[in-house]
Amino acid sequence: MFNKLNLVWLVAGRELRDQFRDWRVLTPMVILVLCFPVLMNEFAKQTVDFLNQYNANLILDRLVPFSIMIIGFFPITISLVVALESFVGEKERGTIEPLLSAPLDDWQLYFGKLLVGVATPLTASYLSIAFYLVMISRQELTIPPFSVMVQLILLTTAHATLMVSAAIVISVQSTTVKAANLLASFVVIPVAILMQGEAVMLFWGNEQVLWLAVAGVMIIALLLIRVGIAHFQREYLLGREIDAINLHWIWRTFWSNFLDSAGSIGNWYRNVLGTAFRRILPAVFFVVLIAGVSTWLGYDWVIKNVSETIALASPEDLKRVEERVRELPDLANLREHFSAPFLFLNNTRAMVAILAAGLVSFSVLGVLFYMMNIGLLGGVFAILELLGVSPWPIFLAGVLPHGILEIPALMIGSAAVLYLGVAIVTPQVGKSMGEVILELLADWTKIFVGLVVPMLALAALIEAYITPGLLLNVLK
Amino acid sequence: MIETHDLSKQFHDFIAVDGVNLSVQPGQILALLGQNGAGKTTTVRMLTALLHPSRGWARVAGYDVVKNGHAVRASVGVLTEQHGLYMRMNAIEYLDFFGQVYSLSAAARKSRSNDLLEYFGLTDASRRRIGEYSKGMRQKLALARAMIHEPGVLLLDEPTSAMDPESARLVRDEIARLKSSKRTIVICSHNLTEVEALADRIAIIYRGRILLQGTLEELKHKVLGVPEYEIKFAEDWDARGLELPSGVEMLSQTATSLKVRVDAPHASNPQILKALSSTSASVMAFQEETRTLEQVYLKVMAEAKGRENVQ
Repeated sequence: MFNKLNLVWLVAGRELRDQFRDWRVLTPMVILVLCFPVLMNEFAKQTVDFLNQYNANLILDRLVPFSIMIIGFFPITISLVVALESFVGEKERGTIEPLLSAPLDDWQLYFGKLLVGVATPLTASYLSIAFYLVMISRQELTIPPFSVMVQLILLTTAHATLMVSAAIVISVQSTTVKAANLLASFVVIPVAILMQGEAVMLFWGNEQVLWLAVAGVMIIALLLIRVGIAHFQREYLLGREIDAINLHWIWRTFWSNFLDSAGSIGNWYRNVLGTAFRRILPAVFFVVLIAGVSTWLGYDWVIKNVSETIALASPEDLKRVEERVRELPDLANLREHFSAPFLFLNNTRAMVAILAAGLVSFSVLGVLFYMMNIGLLGGVFAILELLGVSPWPIFLAGVLPHGILEIPALMIGSAAVLYLGVAIVTPQVGKSMGEVILELLADWTKIFVGLVVPMLALAALIEAYITPGLLLNVLK
Repeated sequence: MIETHDLSKQFHDFIAVDGVNLSVQPGQILALLGQNGAGKTTTVRMLTALLHPSRGWARVAGYDVVKNGHAVRASVGVLTEQHGLYMRMNAIEYLDFFGQVYSLSAAARKSRSNDLLEYFGLTDASRRRIGEYSKGMRQKLALARAMIHEPGVLLLDEPTSAMDPESARLVRDEIARLKSSKRTIVICSHNLTEVEALADRIAIIYRGRILLQGTLEELKHKVLGVPEYEIKFAEDWDARGLELPSGVEMLSQTATSLKVRVDAPHASNPQILKALSSTSASVMAFQEETRTLEQVYLKVMAEAKGRENVQ
């Protein structure tokens, strides 16, 4: 194992030496490490003077951690360029083939590049932060507490890992450096949005949420590393030469996977859809399990957080709420606003949103959306209990009739998204990343068109025409 | 050694290599000839375990290229189409890096690097950045990289391109030395004179398929027919009375020369000379009509394109 790791160091060492001999990499890095903290320090001094006039101590407290986060982030953006060209740059220069022809394993090459990609910007970021801390320690500004500092360092590390691992995935999958640089916006834009969110959390001062952000960014970064290794294939690094979008090939690959040589609709349902469903079966079991957990979490959260509010409410208020609940809804009006097509489209949109969220996050966000949807059921259950209304009759009349189709449809659709995320991070020999994604999308579409859509359509009809009547009887 | 059976590679709809069967023994040099895009590089990449065959199999140095890709890569030295040199390194650092990749000890790396740099005349430039090297120097260094671990199998793409005649000679000598030390060598080249001088076997590849394969003599025989010989006389001589052995056809004659086609030169040529010596003919020269690999190659290519046009 030590010998194998040695080769990782070897690849990383060569890359590092190359970087340190390139003034185009070194110059901006040195400028950012030395000059940017000075600028930020000056900015902080001016801001402190300004805010002191208004006694805005809270903002002052948050200013230094915010500056540290920004100072740590900037060197990472420069090294993103280096990470982006790690593989595709070598391909363009023709140096990749001797390296790929050598007895190096895929993971050794990948981690060698990743190590340098992460280590260089992080070193620059840490140095920059240290320099800034030295400067502020000589002034009146207070250094953030240890826990915040740990959080900021981890956040910087998570940002670097996320950006570099994403850049390396792009580098492996791109055919030219130009294409890789253009694709970099897929890294920069989400991270910029993420940074804004984190800045808000920093000023808000909610450490717990920031810890969650650190964990979330780290999980996505690790999944990206996994995706990179799973789809790192020497063949595709050398094989592809052009960047043109081949719509014909995209459609043909998708369609042939969707139809999968089925002669008739019956045959497609029996064989093609059946096979696709069997593939996602483990994911279905998993989402059923998640459903139980989410319902409990929703129920528990409401019981813990809402009961206090209800306890503080006056008996008159409670009475009014209960009366509102028991108010007979205007059935005709309800049908007009919640017609079957409306309900169907709404649920279908939710399923597509789960897919979209799952696609960009290797199913993590998709599953979170699903958990929120299911968790709501537990929450409503708990609220009714807290209001002293028995939830079971309402649940049996208002949820079960259409829910018996809608909830399994939601589960099956979410399981397809979960399967998609897991399959993307799983190595698939002999297939390009594009082929894998198209095949998985075809699988998702099979499940969606063949199972989820019919179930949601039936559920919408029941919800529009049967559920209100039943609910009306129960509420009476 | 290298063995392939029905080796094929398809990229989407494009068939790059189609059913290639090769066998190269240790101590043999096989030359792969073909136009640009004929499938030579793809074949070499499959032999280096860089590309997975779509069909068929290949064994290199006793290892299957799919199942034992790592072992194949460790046993093979590759000179790629592009030199693939790191321009900010110097030659010593470069060879040392690849020596480490091939798990050579520090002492072995040093001695191998020094030997190769010395052999290729790069010792004086060994501390200079590779970016400052001429094309020929880069080619020599790339070749040195391919040989650093003394591989049993060498796959060389255009080994002497961009080299001056002196350096090209040096490389050819080294290839010949490697051949004599029982290395298995595959050369892809457009330099047909070089191939004639080096290769034991030649395979002509066109649109992914091997059109013809064999020794130079076999190819000449297959493509250009039986060899023709010209006999030159010092003085005028009437050859009409000459009795030629069976399998020898007289093609033309002048007062001072004679042209014959010989089915089996090994058997017939001594008989022709014997017949001539019993006459008054003063034989000045007995030589085979020049038939080059270039003629073979161009004819094969023309025929292949012709067949394609008919289809």
